[in-house]
Amino acid sequence: MTDLFAANLPSRHRTGKIWNILFRASTFVGIIVLVILLLTIINNAFGYVAFEYKINPDSLVIEGVPLEEMSKEQLTQVLQENVSKGLFRNLENQQPFENRERDEIYGLILERVLEPQIVGIWNMVDTIQLSRQEALAEVIDQHPNATIEFMSWLDLQFLTSPQSSTVVRAGIRTAVLGSLWTIMVAVLFAFPIGVGGAIYLEEYAEDNKLNRFIRTNIYNLSGVPSIIYGMLGLAIFVRVLNKLTSGAVFGVVDPINSNGRTILSAGLTLGLLILPMIIINAQEAIKAVPNSLRLASYGLGGTRWQTIWHHVLPNALPGVLTGAILAVSRAFGETAPLVVVGASTFITIDPQSPFSKFTTLPIQIYQWTSRPQDEFRSIAAAAIIVLLILLLTLNTTAILLRNRFSRRMN
Amino acid sequence: MENTMEYEDSQAIQASLRKKSRPVETMIQAFLFLCGALSILTTLGIIYSLGSEAMLFFTRVQWEEINKTLAAEIGANDTLIMLSQSGKSLYEDDIIRLQDEYIRVLAIGEDGLTVERGVQNTIPAAHPADIDVFLEVKVTLREFFLQKDWNPQIGKFGIWALVNATLMTSLFATLVAIPLGLSTAIYLSEYASTKVRNTLKPILEILAGIPTVVFGYFALTFMTPVLRAVFGRDVVEIYNTASAGIVIGILVLPLVASMSEDALSAVPRSLREAAYSLGATKLETALKVVVPAAFSGIMAAFIVAISRAIGETMIVAIAAGAGPAFTFNPFKSAETMTGHIVRISGGDISYDSLDYNSLFAIGLMLFFITLTLNIISQVIVKRFREVYE
Amino acid sequence: MTAVQLQSQNPTASKQIAIETRNLNIYYGKFLAIKNNNMKIEARKITAFIGPSGCGKSTLLRSFNRMNDFVPSSWAEGEILYHGNNLYEQEIDAVEVRRKIGMVFQKPNPFPKTIYENVAWGARINGYQGNMDELVEEALRQAALWDEVKDKLKQSGLSLSGGQQQRLCIARAIAIKPEIILMDEPASALDPIATLKIEELIRTLSERYTIVIVTHNMQQAARSSDYTAFLNMNEDRAGYLVEFGPTEALFTNPKEKITEEYITGRFG
Repeated sequence: MTDLFAANLPSRHRTGKIWNILFRASTFVGIIVLVILLLTIINNAFGYVAFEYKINPDSLVIEGVPLEEMSKEQLTQVLQENVSKGLFRNLENQQPFENRERDEIYGLILERVLEPQIVGIWNMVDTIQLSRQEALAEVIDQHPNATIEFMSWLDLQFLTSPQSSTVVRAGIRTAVLGSLWTIMVAVLFAFPIGVGGAIYLEEYAEDNKLNRFIRTNIYNLSGVPSIIYGMLGLAIFVRVLNKLTSGAVFGVVDPINSNGRTILSAGLTLGLLILPMIIINAQEAIKAVPNSLRLASYGLGGTRWQTIWHHVLPNALPGVLTGAILAVSRAFGETAPLVVVGASTFITIDPQSPFSKFTTLPIQIYQWTSRPQDEFRSIAAAAIIVLLILLLTLNTTAILLRNRFSRRMN
Repeated sequence: MENTMEYEDSQAIQASLRKKSRPVETMIQAFLFLCGALSILTTLGIIYSLGSEAMLFFTRVQWEEINKTLAAEIGANDTLIMLSQSGKSLYEDDIIRLQDEYIRVLAIGEDGLTVERGVQNTIPAAHPADIDVFLEVKVTLREFFLQKDWNPQIGKFGIWALVNATLMTSLFATLVAIPLGLSTAIYLSEYASTKVRNTLKPILEILAGIPTVVFGYFALTFMTPVLRAVFGRDVVEIYNTASAGIVIGILVLPLVASMSEDALSAVPRSLREAAYSLGATKLETALKVVVPAAFSGIMAAFIVAISRAIGETMIVAIAAGAGPAFTFNPFKSAETMTGHIVRISGGDISYDSLDYNSLFAIGLMLFFITLTLNIISQVIVKRFREVYE
Repeated sequence: MTAVQLQSQNPTASKQIAIETRNLNIYYGKFLAIKNNNMKIEARKITAFIGPSGCGKSTLLRSFNRMNDFVPSSWAEGEILYHGNNLYEQEIDAVEVRRKIGMVFQKPNPFPKTIYENVAWGARINGYQGNMDELVEEALRQAALWDEVKDKLKQSGLSLSGGQQQRLCIARAIAIKPEIILMDEPASALDPIATLKIEELIRTLSERYTIVIVTHNMQQAARSSDYTAFLNMNEDRAGYLVEFGPTEALFTNPKEKITEEYITGRFG
């Protein structure tokens, strides 16, 4: 009787062990990739840089005080001695030197007098392995005046400076402000409409064809590639609604030069993109409110809207907010639709109003990454670190909120 | 008298119970309905804007300079005309333009072209010699779908170059994401202890939250150098579809893993117990009972992942290359549909050009492909949802 | 040694024991669920476990085929002897144990596969090399299901009624040719007619297999089993064996007072 069954148990156990290892390994691939990704970025964001100055900073010493330690007045004096009279007069007219910050004047000296050129750049791994002399040795033949400095591309100056064509001076201020402005417009647009739509679908809508179609439609919209939203934004907000989005209607810009590629268009486009997410999340939160609560309210003679406003929404609010934060987090990282809508390729002025031209942090990262020079990799990496920290903060807030919410419910 | 009082009273009560009109309630309901309906407006907007521009693309006429001139002057009624030998060849049914007149080529012979004068509502007129001849270029659907090359400069609008690159990156992405994602899901659902699962799932969620532009950076600065180191610097170009495709796979992996894991967890415990009680090993139970039982959910996960990979833009824009190229070599650069759209619209583009319209034709195709895939995945889940009891 | 060999050697030999517990304690973490269990289950007979809810009958049953392994906190002291081997020793392969000791669950749980596949699957993965069609037919016949499904073997197992599904689960367990079949309240989810059919089936099956059945239904135990074990809970909710013996004797003349109280319905 037992002979008819092959003695295959050992081989079945062996096979089981092999697949167990395969499954485990697959799971860890994802984690390993995440770690490598973070390490790559950090690796690129710090390291030695070989600078070649047009004028050696050491030659600008006044009374034994090196450039970095000079006071504002001393720096102004250095600037005056080393730039043309015309330029100095222009700068003074733009903004008197006594009103400027010391760091600003130092920056001017750097830009106009020292004019550092990057002639060599190393990432963190290489930097750890080489000493300064070895690094210097690599470039000294071609650039005899080079000096090696350790550069942390992510520093305060990086965060507060506007975009610039020189890598050393470039910062993400314009981009971050642009991101914040567009997200604000997107949320102001999408949040009320999204929550409103969710309330309608969960509290009012009967199960008829139209409403079922709306539901399926929203689900499908959440699966549409983001670039398509960009094209929608380009065609409708930038072109057709040109007068509105450029501000011509409000007299901000003269209609002939009006250009719809503004923060308003970008924000509306992003808003449409995150709308399905907000609706679906809000629906879940509203569904989770126990029905007994509604019945109690109706039983006391409450109208539908009173029940929703006073009972359902307050209870669903944490879940709705979590969904909104997740949607904002998604919108922060979106690049393609905004490129299509028309982010500016080079903009140094901070956004003033919804009708300003714009660029965003992810777009800045894209542009810097697309440049062939190595130094752009480094500032792109620094910008990525900023973006990831922002997103991490947002997501952690959302998760904490969700946990507090579920703890309260239980 | 008392009876009448009662009657009046009950009427009063009935009146107070009758439906009150609540204008505020109605207004609020209307507003909320509009919010929900805005989604339909969005879909209509997408279809309209993509469709109308795509329509322009296919109907728009461009006049191409073909380096031909009129060999000898002609009168307003001449139906046999001579053109210079230089330039592009003409074919029957081509429409050419001499100054303001459109002329259709009927036949091509030794002595010249037999033509129909003054077509499309233009007026036949006399033309002097040596004026330029322009050829009408229209993009036909046939050309769009059947031609390989996309090169607007010389009037080539075959979409296969772009579609091919999209398919290649998506193929690599699928090869990476589906096996790894499903294995991860099986491990998390069938093998891992609760503690392990609760540590690993958030890590996967983190991976899912990283913006695509960061992945694009990763593809260019890590994946490509690795590929070049492994396969050789002369084999792998700096921009290539393999690197982009693999990183898209990593992007999509958490999606496959979490959707599959949901499907596997939904399989009731009693099924696993039945298998164990028959002397099955853990592997046999997982692969031969649980996975087949969760089949529809897993299928849906795969399809959603493919749809996401096809629509991915930034990773290919950064790492796959610029400029359409029809090649089956994954180590060479090529441009996908999405990469092309982003590159062209990121530059200076005039709204009335063929280039601008062509973007929308591509976008329309992209929209329909992803929409179809998403609908298929919904249908699969609904139709084949397993009944466990 | 088979039963035949044993009997020929010693015609008056005592009954053959299929499975035996010795000083068995089963824990869930710190909680003692089964206390000091000692019994001998006779081969090819029907043994019923009865007792109030929560006294550990299912826990005890599941320990026989190592199904308790799937509860992470569960562990055991003592021995369960099967063919002279202690089932809880390190070298014992639980997978192999479950092939020899099969199980039928309270709620029918056929696979979402065809009827044929449901029966064939267990045999297939255990490396069955004979004629599968014959095996399936024989198993379904033994489970008294063949006539009802012989024309629809390709239909889904879930398309059968509750009672039929349970018989399908029995056929599935039989197909891997176990020695012992454990049944955890197999008829409690079924209607009275289906229940009767199952009881008849169990009687027939006991000619070939040892059956151990947990049941809440005392009348069922009284009418269909050969031996009965009565388990009860003490104050710390550990389950202990009160009385174990031939069914008729236990029900007509229980040795313990508490047994009498239980079977006359005074508690539990």
